[in-house]
Amino acid sequence: MSKVRTIGADVWKHKTDKVSLELFTLMYGSIVSQLCDDFEHDYTKVNQQLDKMGYNIGLRLIEEVLAKTGLPRCHSFRETADAVTRVGFKMFLNITPQLGNWSVDNKQFSIIFPPGTNPLVEFVECYDERARRELWYSNILAGVIRGALEMVQLSCETEFVSDVLQGAAQTELRVKIIKVLEDEVPQGEE
Amino acid sequence: MGVLSIFILSKAGGLIYHKDFGFGLKKLNNSNDYLVIAGTFHSVHALTTRVNPLNTHSSGLLTMEMETCTLHCLQTLTGLKFVVVTDNNQSNVSVVSSTIYEIYSDYVMKNPFYTLDMPIRCHKFDRALNQYISTVE
Repeated sequence: MSKVRTIGADVWKHKTDKVSLELFTLMYGSIVSQLCDDFEHDYTKVNQQLDKMGYNIGLRLIEEVLAKTGLPRCHSFRETADAVTRVGFKMFLNITPQLGNWSVDNKQFSIIFPPGTNPLVEFVECYDERARRELWYSNILAGVIRGALEMVQLSCETEFVSDVLQGAAQTELRVKIIKVLEDEVPQGEE
Repeated sequence: MGVLSIFILSKAGGLIYHKDFGFGLKKLNNSNDYLVIAGTFHSVHALTTRVNPLNTHSSGLLTMEMETCTLHCLQTLTGLKFVVVTDNNQSNVSVVSSTIYEIYSDYVMKNPFYTLDMPIRCHKFDRALNQYISTVE
């Protein structure tokens, strides 16, 4: 447990290449705005596309998490959630979002970004009324988490339920774990 | 020369990368034979996870020692296998295999032209791997 807390910070400090936050935020912003143009401001499609892009990133990014941290397999969904926030988010974005709103069966939880902690929305303001209602600006993160968890044999659904850009008090990403893909667990793993 | 050869197996047991290091190593006659070896190794590994007399969990075959060389296997949580063949004097092979995994995550996973589970043809990966292997004592 204590290992999980320090390992993300450790990898972030010593093992990853850094890029300027402004550059990163602006690049992501231009991707989203280009998608809005390409899909003619059909925000449902933009959300889908961002999720798909994220999913394909997640499938690959998980290998880096495992290779650079040497994390063992998680034995409960709470451990998984801890690994996602304290290791995953920490080593790639240098943030540690909060966890909360656990469901009774421990299969659903929320990843919560208090205002000012999500680097993707650093300079973003949303003027268009419809975009404010329909666009999940950071939807790529939902895809990344879904893709990454799928590669460690956890099938899940991820969606944003609130966003500071839409006027909410905090950004909340809901993760529902559907099942463990038993057939895909490599031989010799628990 | 410690490290003789590296195989990378996909989670389905297909050979996605193979490379020999050092001069004058004998090759198999048919490149198809390498695929057969990889597939066979995958099955043997699966078998060894089941033949465990103790009532505990076993992650299966880790090393296979022959008179002249030793084979080391690292299976990742995503099901990839990194198989490293070394001479019998090589120490710290677990560090070698996990470093190869790191190089894989950097140069193969981040190559946008690489399709998952397909044979690896990435020049930067080859170069980084060569460079790393030449530093292994």
